[in-house]
Amino acid sequence: MRIFPLGDSAATIEFGNEISHGLNDRAVALASHFTAAPFPGLIEAVPAYSSVSVFYDSVTVCREFPESKTSFSAVTSLVEKVMETIETATPGENRSVEIPIAILEDASPDLASICEFSRLHRDEVIDIFLAGTYRVYMLGFLPGFAYMGDVDERIAAPRLKTPRTKVPKGSIGIAGKQTGIYPLESPGGWNIIGRTDLNMFDPTSPEPCRLRPGDEVAFVLRSEI
Amino acid sequence: MSLRILKPGILSTIQDLGRTGRRSLGINPNGAMDHTAMRLLNILLGNDENEAVLEMHFPAGEFVFGSECSFALAGADFSPTLNDVPIRNWSAIKAIPGDTLKFRERITGMRAYLSIAGGLEIPEWLGSKSTNLTAAAGGLKGRSLNAGDSIEFSTPHNTIKPRALGPSLIPKYSRFPTVRVIAGGEFDLLTAVSERSFLSGAFTLSNDSNRMGFRLGGEPLYVIDEIKMISAGVDFGTIQLLPDGQLIVLMADHQTSGGYPRIAGVITADLPLLAQLGPGDGVGFHLVSIDEAERSLLAFDRDVRFLNTGIRLTL
Repeated sequence: MRIFPLGDSAATIEFGNEISHGLNDRAVALASHFTAAPFPGLIEAVPAYSSVSVFYDSVTVCREFPESKTSFSAVTSLVEKVMETIETATPGENRSVEIPIAILEDASPDLASICEFSRLHRDEVIDIFLAGTYRVYMLGFLPGFAYMGDVDERIAAPRLKTPRTKVPKGSIGIAGKQTGIYPLESPGGWNIIGRTDLNMFDPTSPEPCRLRPGDEVAFVLRSEI
Repeated sequence: MSLRILKPGILSTIQDLGRTGRRSLGINPNGAMDHTAMRLLNILLGNDENEAVLEMHFPAGEFVFGSECSFALAGADFSPTLNDVPIRNWSAIKAIPGDTLKFRERITGMRAYLSIAGGLEIPEWLGSKSTNLTAAAGGLKGRSLNAGDSIEFSTPHNTIKPRALGPSLIPKYSRFPTVRVIAGGEFDLLTAVSERSFLSGAFTLSNDSNRMGFRLGGEPLYVIDEIKMISAGVDFGTIQLLPDGQLIVLMADHQTSGGYPRIAGVITADLPLLAQLGPGDGVGFHLVSIDEAERSLLAFDRDVRFLNTGIRLTL
């Protein structure tokens, strides 16, 4: 475990540098712990694939932990204490979420190239994709964009060489072992296999993002070519 | 119709100090680029430091006051005029209905701020009035100002005694500042030569420099080993090394995660110097300890609290 400053108002706790369920479990657990039991001065704890970034107000932390030389060292000590208890804790409840996916001509522009990459028939590619359960490792890139995995390596097509300038809202894409849903229209380089009409990001809602780190997602076929 | 927008200017958005607590959802804090200018401006007017302001770029807009108020400007100097009479930054000024605010030319800096004593009547989104252009939410309907818009003041007719801020707390803006940085998570991966280049070199902001980040041009930098980074946390001021050897400094509208090596992070106390830079400006970096970075942050916070107390005693 490595802890280093992310500027002077945040610390990053890194458990590793790869995409793995084990490392992500630790990241989500640490972030959840601080979210549920914040220390004075904590702004937020944000999980990534295999790390957590803890954002804090240095002024408050300095005041509340006067025995520490710096806010960063105070936060480091807090993290180390928490990690001792987390190792033995049972994993939290993860939500299961179903996302309807439509696989249609205009909604699945890269289905053909995924078939080419995998050398499998369209039906097999779709079956393999639908059979998977994908954990949400982290959110980033756009509000509500969930990085999910792991996609079966048979259909884990790499990112497009030339990203599209416009990917329609709701598009579901594959980039290697990762899958994600575009919550807004945006530029994007992932292989688009289908589309959902479920709103992944709604700013008018008190819970604006449908997915959060730790969720387990399954895709359910809604209609087909 | 407290403030009518005749011309919106090139990018004018409502910002406060940012929308925190939602980075886990991919919702970035956004907020003013120059926190110091914004905070000092609000304190000058007797506002809460986090009161929403209008952040403007140049060419800036043209505004007509529909209500009596006290206002002030801070940050960049865009040569402001009230009814075609030059006025100054950092100075509380009274306006009456019909008064026109314009900006003639860009003298220094890139982002100017307008605040009104008593604040702006802007609905909050997730606890903040900052504009998130990507989400199209927050601020004024999630977008930059258009001609024909109007903004209401929270407390109309809230005028205060004229007063101005002395120079001692105003950042020493420059078109080629040296900003202090803390080593980043991947700083140690730089080759020895690249480390020297980073800390002694001059970098220039490319045209690809905006609220999301500043692309810098300079001596290409290299890391010792080919590393495959996966997406991890970043912050306002994080300096990343791109595959082409050039640097990008993440600014107020940065995405919440990044997959490039984090070489360093600009310290909070020096972010305002960075925030006022634009294409063609230069920047140099000076490495400091976390200790020094925190001390600078605390010292400024203390000064701001004294200023706040002092001003409130004169209200």
